[in-house]
Amino acid sequence: PAMADPDADALVVNGEIEMVTEASAPAHLEGALKTVYSGWRFRSDETQAVQMDDFDNPGMLGVEVALDAWTEVAGTEGESCASCHGSPEEMAGVSATYPKWDAAAGEVQTLTMQMNECRTERMGAEPYAYDKGDAINMTALLTSVSRGMPMSVAIDGPAAETWEMGKELYYTRFGQLELSCANCHEDNYGMMIRADHLSQGQINGFPTYRLKNTKLNGVHSRFKGCIRDTRAETFAPGSPELIALELYVASRSNGLSVEGPSVRN
Amino acid sequence: MGRFALGIAATFAAATMAVAEGAIAPGDVEYDEYGAVAASLTGVAGDAENGKLLMNKGAGNCIACHAVSALSELSFHGEIGPMLDGVADRWTEADLRGIVANAKVMFDGTMMPSFYKTTGYTRPGDAYTGKAAQGELAPLLTAQEVEDVVAYLMTLKET
Ligand code: HEC
Ligand code: HEC
Ligand code: HEC
Repeated sequence: PAMADPDADALVVNGEIEMVTEASAPAHLEGALKTVYSGWRFRSDETQAVQMDDFDNPGMLGVEVALDAWTEVAGTEGESCASCHGSPEEMAGVSATYPKWDAAAGEVQTLTMQMNECRTERMGAEPYAYDKGDAINMTALLTSVSRGMPMSVAIDGPAAETWEMGKELYYTRFGQLELSCANCHEDNYGMMIRADHLSQGQINGFPTYRLKNTKLNGVHSRFKGCIRDTRAETFAPGSPELIALELYVASRSNGLSVEGPSVRN
Repeated sequence: MGRFALGIAATFAAATMAVAEGAIAPGDVEYDEYGAVAASLTGVAGDAENGKLLMNKGAGNCIACHAVSALSELSFHGEIGPMLDGVADRWTEADLRGIVANAKVMFDGTMMPSFYKTTGYTRPGDAYTGKAAQGELAPLLTAQEVEDVVAYLMTLKET
């Protein structure tokens, strides 16, 4: 990608949170990418500006809704998130490590799965629907308190098998257009595909507020949309395939700052 | 095998509507060792005007990936594949038919979709619904549409 590389703008949110939007690629990407870039660097100046101030960023409205939910008692056990976890700020750094191996559950869990584990097993509450409003707002709250911290997802040990599965999916050419994630986001980032400026498809900015559908969007919904656009049968949000793909793609973002809730077009 | 295949193609088409009567079926197209296809897929001359429309719209959407100066009235040309200006100076009609029908024969592993192929896909969908494809797949372009696009490409000369 030589013609239309990411722009040179620097991302500082609220004049104080300095974001790393460009980093040396993690070791596991050797031979694939030298540098990883946040999707923010590929957006227009107008779109970029919306993310630079929380008063302008509509994604912060979801964070506010989740702040109320944080202290709200739900379920049969009389608990709220706050009763066990204190203030949301105490969760700073947590989202940067997800998806993550959960030894007790014996599986790799996304942030959404971990929250739902707390809801169903500790609060006696219903799980949040995957990638829907309540879940997305709560993940936005959890990422907002980690903003500026580097993504640092572990891929070794018991997570390795899931990571390998995600990697295989990333390079699979799906659908009747036979396109893999890598075709667009590794081989051609920086290029225009019709009216879209291709980024590296990183997920350090999730959940993302998209100006196009005017709401916060989850990682799995985005993956699903990209797979649908290859004229393929998609996978469902929360499916083992998308969990594995999320672990793999998150590991490609290692080193970039957590930006969620970010703003994209 | 070409003539013989026509008969099969016609029976096939009656059941699936995927292949027009008289057209060579996607599985029967003969590529030479370089990936060119000498014979017209339909025996009917391509309509360059319709080919021009397909460059922009529908399952063709070639300018998603290619820029074409002659189509500069259309906005947003992609940058993924080579610019197609002068493409008829670089390639023969047979080459271009092969590239449009299945570019992967000529360019191993290319990102360019195969427009006249119906098998070998991973999780093929029902167009852009995200649901599984029902029954036999139709190729992205019909045989005549391939001919139309090739006829349009043949107008892209610089010399
Ligand atoms: C009754 C106590 C309790 C409640 C209520 C509770 N949690 Fe938890 N939470 C825990 C425990 C214990 C763990 C560690 C368990 C584990 O790692 O699997 C945890 C872990 C987490 C983690 C992962 C932390 C890490 O470092 O990996 C997140 C995120 C989280 N909870 C979010 C929530 C949210 C959001 C709510 C409310 C919807 C909530 N929790 C309610 C007890 C609770
Ligand atoms: C046909 C091209 C294409 C393919 C194939 C594709 N994408 Fe995308 N993707 C896009 C476009 C266009 C966008 C919007 C512009 C951008 O951010 O790159 C996008 C956006 C994204 C984003 C949002 C990035 C951000 O900063 O918010 C993620 C994440 C993503 N894609 C992941 C994937 C994954 C994972 C796959 C494979 C399962 C995939 N994409 C396959 C074209 C594609
Ligand atoms: C998703 C991207 C994509 C789409 C859509 C696409 N192409 Fe291509 N095309 C390419 C790439 C990439 C190449 C370069 C071949 C290679 O991989 O070496 C190419 C090569 C070509 C060439 C050879 C050009 C040259 O000068 O060498 C022609 C002709 C061509 N494409 C025509 C078309 C037509 C006509 C359509 C639509 C019916 C189309 N392409 C759709 C990506 C695409």
